[in-house]
Amino acid sequence: MRKPLTIRILSSLDTKSWIALGIFLALALVVVPVLHLNFPEDSAFHISTYAITLIGKIMCYALVAVAMDLIWGYGGILSLGHGLFFALGGYAFGMYLMRQIGRDGSYQSDLPDFMVFLDWKELPWFWVGSDSFGWVAFLALALPAVVAFVFGYFAFRSRIKGVYFSIITQALTYAAMLLFFRNETGFGGNNGFTDFKRILGYPITSSETRLVLFGLTAVMLAVTLVFAAWLVKSKFGRVLTAIRDAESRVMFIGYNPLWYKLTIWVISAVICGIAGALYVPQVGIINPSEMSPGNSIEIAIWVAVGGRGTLIGPIIGAFVVNLAKSWFTVSFPEYWLFFLGLLFIIVTLMLPQGLVGLWKKLMDKKGASA
Amino acid sequence: MTKTILVFLLFAGSLSAQAALDPAQVRQLAAEDSTEKVAAIRQLTQTADPDAVRVLKAMADDSLFLAGDKALIIDGDKAVDAITGKPVNMPANPESVTVNNRIRGELSSALAALKLFDSDLAVRLASAQKLQSQVTPEMAPLLARALEKEIDPQIKALLTLAYAQANLKNADPAARLAAVKELAETSSPTIKSVLLPLTEKAGEPDDKVRYEAIAAVKAIDSRLAMAENVGRAFSGLSLGSILLLGALGLAITYGVMGIINMAHGELLMVGAYATYGMQTLFRAYFPNAIDWYLPAAIPVAFFAAALVGVLMERTVIRWLYGRTLETLLATWGISLVLIQSARVLFGAQNVEVSNPSWMSGGIEIMPNLMLPWNRIIIIGFAMFVLFLVWVLMNKTRLGMFVRAVTQNRPMAGCVGVPTSRIDTMAFALGAGIAGLGGVALSQISNVGPDMGQGYIVDSFMVVVVGGVGQLAGAVWAALGLGIFSKLLEGWAGAVVAKILVLVFIIAFIQKRPQGIFALKGRFVE
Repeated sequence: MRKPLTIRILSSLDTKSWIALGIFLALALVVVPVLHLNFPEDSAFHISTYAITLIGKIMCYALVAVAMDLIWGYGGILSLGHGLFFALGGYAFGMYLMRQIGRDGSYQSDLPDFMVFLDWKELPWFWVGSDSFGWVAFLALALPAVVAFVFGYFAFRSRIKGVYFSIITQALTYAAMLLFFRNETGFGGNNGFTDFKRILGYPITSSETRLVLFGLTAVMLAVTLVFAAWLVKSKFGRVLTAIRDAESRVMFIGYNPLWYKLTIWVISAVICGIAGALYVPQVGIINPSEMSPGNSIEIAIWVAVGGRGTLIGPIIGAFVVNLAKSWFTVSFPEYWLFFLGLLFIIVTLMLPQGLVGLWKKLMDKKGASA
Repeated sequence: MTKTILVFLLFAGSLSAQAALDPAQVRQLAAEDSTEKVAAIRQLTQTADPDAVRVLKAMADDSLFLAGDKALIIDGDKAVDAITGKPVNMPANPESVTVNNRIRGELSSALAALKLFDSDLAVRLASAQKLQSQVTPEMAPLLARALEKEIDPQIKALLTLAYAQANLKNADPAARLAAVKELAETSSPTIKSVLLPLTEKAGEPDDKVRYEAIAAVKAIDSRLAMAENVGRAFSGLSLGSILLLGALGLAITYGVMGIINMAHGELLMVGAYATYGMQTLFRAYFPNAIDWYLPAAIPVAFFAAALVGVLMERTVIRWLYGRTLETLLATWGISLVLIQSARVLFGAQNVEVSNPSWMSGGIEIMPNLMLPWNRIIIIGFAMFVLFLVWVLMNKTRLGMFVRAVTQNRPMAGCVGVPTSRIDTMAFALGAGIAGLGGVALSQISNVGPDMGQGYIVDSFMVVVVGGVGQLAGAVWAALGLGIFSKLLEGWAGAVVAKILVLVFIIAFIQKRPQGIFALKGRFVE
């Protein structure tokens, strides 16, 4: 007896969580736009463009963190290459944004500026169709999926796991970074894509476009969270957790871990691709440094800070770490790396369950003493 | 007409013996027309006379003057006769000899050619070497004369080459043929470019000479290509030895404790900064022994890095045994802290570490193949460290304990091996070896806070390919990857080579997930 899908989805979160999610969406879709548009800039209630961009950016990171939690928290596979999937989604969507610049670039050419600079006469084959929003949106999902599938298939098939897998993923994103740094690769080399003008014909820097993107990111985050919560509670999610805890046993019972791992790996990559595609128009730039090994390993610390295997924890972690980063880099830029480094050490030593674990512990103590 | 005959006679005469300079010729240096001036300079050069050197030098220095029909060299308020070199009275209003850029160029090559006749051997050698790249057909007679007089075999060889080059434009095909044959023996890119025009009909009408030239270019090409390949293999070996120094320490820490130390690159950095510190110390207190700072830095770097390693192990890693993924994150955090500490202590800029004088220069095997001493010494150093580690691991009690812990930790503990102390010692050893790697790196690359980051991915690749806990694996993997990537680099460029190597590694561990040398035995998870 299986319950209908709607019921199963509804039951993936408890009532409190649904209410919290509702409040979050109401804030993002109603309160923020109203405060941004209806209050003058000097008002105390005004939410600045800077704040909207920052929060929008962090919500994209939170999406990546959820993706990372699925693979690391539930699959037990630590990827140090998730920045690659994020960047691939970003680059795919960036192609569209580059084409939308049209003839407004510095060289007034139909081609993106960097191609004129390289003296290319026409678009390379992989840019075909990049002026179509639909195709590019598809690409932003398909590209990370295909790369993840091919890499994951070979890696999981030969049962590469643990730190080996982590190191290979790091090498993968490192190799991709080197590739994208080259001008001849056809993605703008060092500078990547920037100076976007329009999206679907609307000016990209206008308040309305920003708010729409902001709202879209919030909705995407909520949908992903519900989907992930449903996924990990489903039978698939349970087998996955079992593989994390005792792969050999699961194998001897008769499951093939390859397909479970591969599925969650590809899903995780696709979520990263979506996050990347939402990130680029809001932040206005994508370049190969997004694929640097350091960036990918930072994703892991968001998840670790929030708490692995909790789904909500990584979102909290992404917000805490990135808000701290924005604050540090403005106020004490030279201490940011000390802070981040110590965060890595302290969280792994003292907070194996992250902030969510700490909160639960405090609640338990309170409950016990009361 | 009379003038040409006169010049010809003088020319012939100057070849025979030490004739004094002809005043008419010297006067011609002051001619209105630049072309005539050039002709005069060339003729004076042919005399190869010390007096001619004086006159031309004066002209180049703008101190050659004409007073009436006499050429004078005026320096301040003293005047000498240009031809005889004897002091004369200062004339009333001397007329200076103007020199434009074309003349200046002509003068400088003339003076360079005349240096071939200098009495100092070193000057002649320098001049002959300089000539190699700028031989003109007009120099043929001059070179012939220099060749006749030369006694030093090294200079003679150089002059023979230059003479052959000059003869390539000789009107006589037999002379050209001889010249081409002579040049075919060399292996320098400049000679090849000199010969190239002769391989085409437009440049060489005589078939025989042309075929000879084609064969000569081919011979030079193959020698050049060989030298290039040898050079590539050598730089691969040198890269491999650097990788080895990075990976040896990792092989110990990962092999023994199963710890992925992401801060390993920063331990290299600690070693490099220790070298920098020793250099500063020697500069300040023992400036006379500055060349010895590098040997002195070796133990300092080892212990500095080992100390950092012990601190890391005691404060952080100790608590994370068995949780490899967490160790990875924590050591990454340590690496960030170390990088930032280096920035705060030494500044974000790279610091300057210079080679001691005995490491500069190199062995020139062929004109386009030079093996620098610093690379050779680093290869030797890597071998030395490898030997040291081998002795330590195989011939000492500590090494035996380390191997025991690697193979079976609980059992080693049961028979009384202090496993936790061994962990600390092994980690310190691995860190110290990284510090030694830092000493080597400081001699060939920049020393800065970020220097470790570039090596960490490569070092891990070596460990992954080589297999865990195996020194032999690390050695083969390091040298193999070093040479493989340098050869690929020559064929596909640095970035593509790096990507191909990574793709290759991913494919490789498909086939051998345990690396080249897997530990024999069965594992239970």
